[in-house]
Amino acid sequence: MPADRSRLPEVGPDPPFRFPAIVRHRLANGLDVRTIEHHTVPVVSCVLQIQGGAGGDPPGEEGLAAITADMVDEGTGHLSAIDVSEGFARLGAEYDVEVGPDATLFSLTVLSRFAERGLSLLADILARPSLRGHDFERVRKLRLDRLRQLKDLPPAVAERAFLRLVYGDHPYGHLPIGTEAALRACRVERVAEFHAAAFSPARATLVLAGPLAHETLRALVAAAFSRWADDGPDGAAATAAAIDPPTLPRRLAIVPRAGAAQSELRIGHLSARRNTPDYAALLLMNAVLGGQFVSRINLRLREEKGYTYGARTGFDWRRGPAPFALQASVHTAATADAIRDTLAEFDAIRGARPPSDEEMALARASLTRGYPRNFETAEQVARSVAQLALYDLPDSYFQEFVPRVNAVERSDVVRAAERYVDAARATTLIVGDYQAIGESLPPLGYGEPQILPPDE
Amino acid sequence: MDSVSLPFARQTLANGLDVIVHEDHHVPIVAVNVWYHVGSKNERPGRTGFAHLFEHLMFEGSAHHNAGYFPPLQRAGAMLNGSTNTDRTNYWEVVPTSAVDLALWLESDRMGYLLPALTEQRFETQRDVVLNERRQNYENRPYGFAVMAIAAALYPDDHPYHWLTIGTADDLRAMRLEEVQEFFRTYYHPANASLTLAGDIDPGRAFELADRYFGELPAGARPEPVRPASAAAPGREVRLLLEDRVELPRLYMAWHSPAMFHDGDAELDLLADLLANGKASRLYRTLVYERRIALDVSAHQNSRELSSFFLLVATAAPGQSLTDIAAFIDLELQRTADEGPSEAEMERARAQIEAQFMYRLQTVGGFGGKSDQLNAYNIYRGDPGFFAADLARYRTATRESVREATHRYLGVDRRVVLSVVPRGQPSLALAGSEPVSVA
Repeated sequence: MPADRSRLPEVGPDPPFRFPAIVRHRLANGLDVRTIEHHTVPVVSCVLQIQGGAGGDPPGEEGLAAITADMVDEGTGHLSAIDVSEGFARLGAEYDVEVGPDATLFSLTVLSRFAERGLSLLADILARPSLRGHDFERVRKLRLDRLRQLKDLPPAVAERAFLRLVYGDHPYGHLPIGTEAALRACRVERVAEFHAAAFSPARATLVLAGPLAHETLRALVAAAFSRWADDGPDGAAATAAAIDPPTLPRRLAIVPRAGAAQSELRIGHLSARRNTPDYAALLLMNAVLGGQFVSRINLRLREEKGYTYGARTGFDWRRGPAPFALQASVHTAATADAIRDTLAEFDAIRGARPPSDEEMALARASLTRGYPRNFETAEQVARSVAQLALYDLPDSYFQEFVPRVNAVERSDVVRAAERYVDAARATTLIVGDYQAIGESLPPLGYGEPQILPPDE
Repeated sequence: MDSVSLPFARQTLANGLDVIVHEDHHVPIVAVNVWYHVGSKNERPGRTGFAHLFEHLMFEGSAHHNAGYFPPLQRAGAMLNGSTNTDRTNYWEVVPTSAVDLALWLESDRMGYLLPALTEQRFETQRDVVLNERRQNYENRPYGFAVMAIAAALYPDDHPYHWLTIGTADDLRAMRLEEVQEFFRTYYHPANASLTLAGDIDPGRAFELADRYFGELPAGARPEPVRPASAAAPGREVRLLLEDRVELPRLYMAWHSPAMFHDGDAELDLLADLLANGKASRLYRTLVYERRIALDVSAHQNSRELSSFFLLVATAAPGQSLTDIAAFIDLELQRTADEGPSEAEMERARAQIEAQFMYRLQTVGGFGGKSDQLNAYNIYRGDPGFFAADLARYRTATRESVREATHRYLGVDRRVVLSVVPRGQPSLALAGSEPVSVA
């Protein structure tokens, strides 16, 4: 039968999707353990999530959580930093650390047959890192030098300045790497204190996914992590999420970068928390507005106007109020026009141009129809389950996601946009050639731009 | 030992299109992956950047779907993308099982019927997008011109690896629509392509669908392989200097090395690992951990079809000199060329490679997933089943074969050494470096 090219083929009904069972267990030391059977290749993935990330940095100690996380694999017991690295490498293991605003996440992916050895080494470094002074000095210097290099990287400069603009002095207002002054002042004793307080099994969640039975997975965790003593302070960690961010006026700010070929842009403001009941409506709203290739803002700035290689909007989710922002790198000459177009789209979706039926259908389908592909690897599954712990979401969350998105009406999306997206509150940050674009900025209606240095 | 394998079935359609199928029913998705055996190596001086710009046009519409490719595919829940390098161009979709027909319909339509939909306006827009991509990824990025300078120095002007895939801005501006049409006729047809379906589909149905959608497309002439005049290694050390908007100087060393899958290629992969992968690696340990004169160091065997290059990169710690860094690198290279790696180093590197091969089997689609690997082996080796032989290259490498490859290819007297230094501070480069200009 030859192809019928008179129209596109119909897409059949969505294949059924079942998220695998999550089995919970708590070790005697308080560690929250969640296991998932994931039967594909002989690979297991472990994610250990510690409550309190960069948002837990005490004022003046920005970067403490991140440098502590970095020090974890710098040796344990009689093993040096080199030995630890060698230990993982000889298993072919992939060890990684991510410091977010609300949590620090250690991940390990390893062949099933090395799971026991990999987990044992992971438990040793997490629970009993050496935290030696000379290692600390080296790691701190590398981070200070990295901070210096970031001054040349427009996206990093923009990220840093934008967080500061929208959060002010709030604990979410800095990058995990911290500030130069705070890192210079940091001492290894503080790292040890921070580790003792934050790295307690009672404040951690461990997720293990792999092609093994739950009992086997659980036994692997117990064998490696039961020795982790619960000697941290009592009670939950004080979190950034519990502190209300200040209400700041919208601003236009620029970090000058003479001769830059493009302007790096951030346009947005604080919005909702990750566990808001409006979450599904916000995902749909964002998909229409700027969250995917076929969204209003990308089509306008990239395909229609040719200003950029790509423009995206999105939420930088947190337990507390998250920023909603546009990110794009636009041709210098198009800077003011790109800002104007973005703000116009922020405005339009709230009423003048609500999502059409077609846009709603596309956004809904793009979020739901391919949903199973998010859970293909053991690591994807383990990371997803760790998110449930981070945001206090139920174990049924992934199973319920598709019906929940399908239940959102267009009016819910418009209401969510009215509530959480507002051009009149949006702060605009530019990292770009001030001399070239300066004259084009006053007509945007923000008044004179605030000039920022590249490193504050 | 766990078994590491990538089973498949292959058929070739009458028009020359290779169709490869791999079953994996774990998740209800199917990866559709198409490779065209064309990349920037098929371009000529004055028309660089062509293959990549063309890739952009493949998403803009075809005769029977004369509109963007993203909307219908995203509406079906697909992820999709494409990429171009020196040797090949690939396109992929990962779709729910229910949307395989749609993906194949669209892929076949743009393979067979692109030109009627290719308008001057679409061409102009995508040219602007690509110029913006170039600004974002090269012009506005620290050290963004370094590899451009290295490629230009390693290969003569008329060698197809002399320029990067992104092309020059002048060439992109000079391109004409008629040239794009000619390019399509030469390279975009079934006999120059390979189609893989991997995932929740059985081979019978997969082959039937492939034949339904692609079988009607006319066969084209298989393009002549590119045969560059020469890519002879420089007979000396070439020292270059580039001033850039950077805080810290960075050193690049590049050597010609064996082409992808040729003798010595796997050895240099292993060498890259033992030199600079992880804290226990030789150069990280010396430069960053012990002496603390560098912030980072990386090594990579850039395996390519016509010839490869091995690249070492190290960024100086503040106040440290590139000259010292170069001296320690040379010492370590000499030691490796004389004595080879230790058995412990070989075990570690092999363990990492073995694990990587297994990790590569975790996804059906996307860049580097199983469908992409099957097409890579088919296009470069004519054998989708090359997975096992590929792994065997690493298993059979020895201390002596790594030593021999280091000795043979990484001589200090035939390489390109580039110092990238902060603007206005050329004295931070290695002595005797010649300024180069790239744009």
